[in-house]
Amino acid sequence: MTGDATTAPPSGPPVLSVRGVSKRFGAVVALDDITFDVAPGEVLALLGDNGAGKSTLIKTISGVHRPDEGAVVLAGVDITAANAMTVRAHGVETVYQDLALFDNLDPAANFFAGREDAGPGWLPRALRVMRRRRMAERTRELLERLQVTLPDLAAQVALMSGGQRQAVAVARAVAFSSRLVILDEPTAALGLRESARVLDLVRRLKEDGVAVILVSHSLDHVMAVADRALVLRRGRAVGETVPTAGNHEQLVAWIVGATDTRAG
Amino acid sequence: MAGDGRGTPLLAGGARTPDPADRSGRPGRRPDGGARGHAALTTALAALRIGPAAILVLLVVVLGLLSDVFLSLENLGNVLKQSAVICVLALGQLLVVVTRGIDLSVGSNLSLSAVVGALVWRDSGSTTLAVAATLLVGTLVGLVNGLLYVKGRLPHPFIPTLAMLSAASGLALYLSHSETVQGVPPFVDELGAGRIAAVPGGGEVGWFPTAALVVLVVALLVTLVTRVLVWGRWIYAVGGNPEAAVRNGIPVPSVLISVYVVCGLLAGVAALLTMGKGDAGSPTSGALAELDAIAAVIIGGASFLGGRGSVVNALTGALVIAVLRNGLNLLGIDPNWQYMATGAVIVAAVELDVLRGHLEARFRSLQAVSTP
Repeated sequence: MTGDATTAPPSGPPVLSVRGVSKRFGAVVALDDITFDVAPGEVLALLGDNGAGKSTLIKTISGVHRPDEGAVVLAGVDITAANAMTVRAHGVETVYQDLALFDNLDPAANFFAGREDAGPGWLPRALRVMRRRRMAERTRELLERLQVTLPDLAAQVALMSGGQRQAVAVARAVAFSSRLVILDEPTAALGLRESARVLDLVRRLKEDGVAVILVSHSLDHVMAVADRALVLRRGRAVGETVPTAGNHEQLVAWIVGATDTRAG
Repeated sequence: MAGDGRGTPLLAGGARTPDPADRSGRPGRRPDGGARGHAALTTALAALRIGPAAILVLLVVVLGLLSDVFLSLENLGNVLKQSAVICVLALGQLLVVVTRGIDLSVGSNLSLSAVVGALVWRDSGSTTLAVAATLLVGTLVGLVNGLLYVKGRLPHPFIPTLAMLSAASGLALYLSHSETVQGVPPFVDELGAGRIAAVPGGGEVGWFPTAALVVLVVALLVTLVTRVLVWGRWIYAVGGNPEAAVRNGIPVPSVLISVYVVCGLLAGVAALLTMGKGDAGSPTSGALAELDAIAAVIIGGASFLGGRGSVVNALTGALVIAVLRNGLNLLGIDPNWQYMATGAVIVAAVELDVLRGHLEARFRSLQAVSTP
């Protein structure tokens, strides 16, 4: 499933199956008959110019938008009509560009926000006593597993760099056994070194068997980590290939619309 | 995999905006400073974080030098007694401010609760009923604030609590026929005016006010509730990022209503202290107290942008105000200067906080270049 020259079909049943999805906003066709699969441990890059439909597509998968036609199937379960909370409960986490972190809280509090480890169970959730040490311990384990190094685990997220914050957001996304993580421009605001660290993190998600959809503008980053790239243009899937240095020109051509044929 | 490092980032267009969650406008990641700047920044930040306490210590030292009486146990007891009401109100206000809110009604709420409590005592002679009524009225006023804000979809808590400031004050005057209701239960007298002789140093009468003990108990409870319970975590989460709180399944509307309820309950507690201090329920006893409470919270470094503020710092802020007043009184300075001095301290405290914000932004950009 890694850097093969051909677009090998994902082995095993796909985690995510998007089938003929279309979405219109009034007269504007934002998505037009999009179909693709993502396998466990596969990194699918989503490429396209601004307004190509990338954002609409990830919001449709994550339950923010509901498609007008087609189906979104997650590990055999139809989640087409599910709302964002339900989709998350099914193990799809989306890390948007705003990261949605609690800047005033430490990483552990961020990971467990809204699902604090607390008891006893017969009390209303708000009145339960937090198990702070256990949450901190689990946070440390998770960050270790993902090889994310933070200078101070007890520091509030506001004091961390862009890359560290991105890492915390991504780690939070996979903290609770998620099957698919959608990353929206994870390296857009980062410098070279920090970008490299985030890409390492994507590789480790893959090793962990988590499927990743990576929205990115950087072809370098896509070539570095993605198993496949799907190019959108004006709401349509115009090309799909294994991104390599060799077909760099082809990808650019698809993105800017020089050719309009779907490969493979 | 194949990256040959040749391609430049494509489409450097609009999507390349900096992270919008970063309000402070992170400066560029210039590789300046390094480890040396890092250590200096850490030290400066640590110093700024104790800013409110530093202001208090400075005030105490200066006033202690200027006045022989200031540091006497009897006077310190007075300061504690005078600050007790502000302290309790500030703790309630703190919870509200942490969620990006404000409660302008706590002063009027205090007056109304005190009047009702005194009336119930006059008509029933029951300590339990009077105390319960005082606390209940405070809580109910808070509940109405919260409901108006959240369920009534008013755009900002300023509006419902401003309306309540007016309404509760009017109701207090109406119920009391604009007159002070004399007499409160002896228990309440003890809370507001008593001194604990068991604390050494004050002779037979004692110097340590019971009201200060009430403050300690309330502060301990608020600390416990905010640090130990899930509810406390949610308050800070809602204040830090309300949208993310919704996305993470935190019941934001209930959390918001609850902080106004608790703030109202604490206004009721402050009403008991005020009743005890004056042995009466006065319809104007809480007038302008909301401003002291808000000032205390701000001097204590809580941010109106939400998510930040601590119990200890809010109490420190309240003490700063009380010490300032007491000290200027002792020095025989025109009382009007007290208000101007309070204003100056507010500005100074917030300027320190702004500086802290700048340093934190610098710290963040250093992290990007200096961590391995």
